[in-house]
Amino acid sequence: MRPSSDRGFDAMNVDVMKVAMLARIRLTKDEADELGPQLNKILAYVDKLSGIDTEDVPPTAHPHDVAMPLRADVVSNGNRRDELLAPAPEVENGLYVVPKVIE
Amino acid sequence: MSWEVVIGLEVHVQVNTKTKAFCGCSTAFGAEPNTQTCPVCLGMPGQLPVLNMDAVTKTVLTGLAIDATINLESRFDRKNYFYPDLPKGYQISQFAIPLVEHGHLDIPVGGGEKRIGITRIHLEEDAGKSLHEGLEGVSHIDLNRSGIPLMEIVSEPDMRSADEAVAYLKQLHQLVRFLDVSDADMEKGQFRCDANVSVRRPGQPFGTRTELKNLNSFRFIKQAIEYEAMRQIELIEDGGKVVQETRLFDSTKGVTRSMRSKEEAHDYRYFPEPDLPPLRLEREQVEQIRRGMPELPAQMRRRFEQEYGLSSYDAEVLTQTRELAAWYESLAAAHPADPKRCANWLANELLGRLKESGRDIVDSPVSAQQLAGLLDRIADNTISGKIAKDVLDAMIESGEDADAIIEARGLKQVTDTTAIDDMIREVMAANPEQVAQYKAGKEKLFGFFVGQVMKASRGKANPAMVNERLKVLLRE
Repeated sequence: MRPSSDRGFDAMNVDVMKVAMLARIRLTKDEADELGPQLNKILAYVDKLSGIDTEDVPPTAHPHDVAMPLRADVVSNGNRRDELLAPAPEVENGLYVVPKVIE
Repeated sequence: MSWEVVIGLEVHVQVNTKTKAFCGCSTAFGAEPNTQTCPVCLGMPGQLPVLNMDAVTKTVLTGLAIDATINLESRFDRKNYFYPDLPKGYQISQFAIPLVEHGHLDIPVGGGEKRIGITRIHLEEDAGKSLHEGLEGVSHIDLNRSGIPLMEIVSEPDMRSADEAVAYLKQLHQLVRFLDVSDADMEKGQFRCDANVSVRRPGQPFGTRTELKNLNSFRFIKQAIEYEAMRQIELIEDGGKVVQETRLFDSTKGVTRSMRSKEEAHDYRYFPEPDLPPLRLEREQVEQIRRGMPELPAQMRRRFEQEYGLSSYDAEVLTQTRELAAWYESLAAAHPADPKRCANWLANELLGRLKESGRDIVDSPVSAQQLAGLLDRIADNTISGKIAKDVLDAMIESGEDADAIIEARGLKQVTDTTAIDDMIREVMAANPEQVAQYKAGKEKLFGFFVGQVMKASRGKANPAMVNERLKVLLRE
């Protein structure tokens, strides 16, 4: 398994199976063989940006030049448990039930 | 040749805001599961986070207290991983530019002080809670904690022993409680620690480190670090190599063990949080927060020594918590005649008795005013210190004032010379042999007479006066 570099995936040689594992997507060998080169092509295209001289350009943190709005620390939400738990596949005693996850 | 242990600590401190970091859900502890959630902290699609102003203020205040740089522009990033108690599939955290950087904390080390660097403090959100106990094949998830603001306080690898690590944590724990930025109750998971531990020969570069998790008490932290350092040393001395990994401390067995499953997923793919623009603060806002800085433990210790004339030990004990320090100050204000007597009676007598029943000063059934009332009666010789201890027991039991107990039980000290003389004469009449021996030169018997008189008075005679009058009457 090829490790990713600090600035993201190493363009041109992304490990599709690792990306799939991290994203919890199950891929067959055939799908990986098909998607791998496509992903690498996309990354190679985006990698053209690395060729641009950005020495004098301030980093863009966000597409809109706005500062963060803040909220006062006042409780505004009540108990909506029944409504919010309703879409869950399985519920018991007010708790979500999921496949066992202990280490 | 000796080995040196190198320790860096990451502490997650729950910020004591009323609402979560990015939504208006309550953070109250102990609520029924999943009753304090909303579409934002449940990670429903299309919801937007809005940052809690108080979480920012409290993080900045903590940064100022450790003499750090406050970044006037900081950013939020997504830390991606899958776990059922993380409903969005990412945690909103600060990666590239945290709110606070480059601070330090001075810790007591063997009579002196040592400065521990603090790399950064960033603001992030907590995950929910997974419950496994008594369940077969499934886990239960409570998301009340999901989205509660946390400060992650990351130290430099500046500590060289488990004791230094514990000293740092205690200092930090005390600091966040004094600042009132966290309740920091370890049993409630409001102050959690991970330790990075490596070993090296002195002067050599850092060794490979392991990360220890699940250290939820000061005692476990010490045990886990000591065990892990020893494990690494033995491994290297046997020709092995330390592997960089996450290890879980098992407090029942006192050992650390590898969490291999954690390694595979150890790629968080941070990227800027598109839902949150940069957090910008004005210099003036930071200065305003600085003006609200309360007195810090170190300053308070010095003031207690100077203002009340306390020993450094007493000043240390009485400034352990803000609540205890405030209690002492009310007591000293109500009994201004003798601040040292206040310190002794609070630290030794009252706290000792409360601890026996597992209570803290905030649970004291005796108020500072009431304890001052008791100390006034010692000061004006109404009762002796010895009787006062019994009165304090009764006060804790009943919650009544000292005067009421002294009156009801007839404990008032006898300071009337005639009454004391009468008691002495009775004792002398009852023990003619001892009187004769004393007069013949057996002066050791003086203590015997003091004891007999005190007994006759049931402890209420003023001991100094008994001594004085005995000397006179035995010479007659």
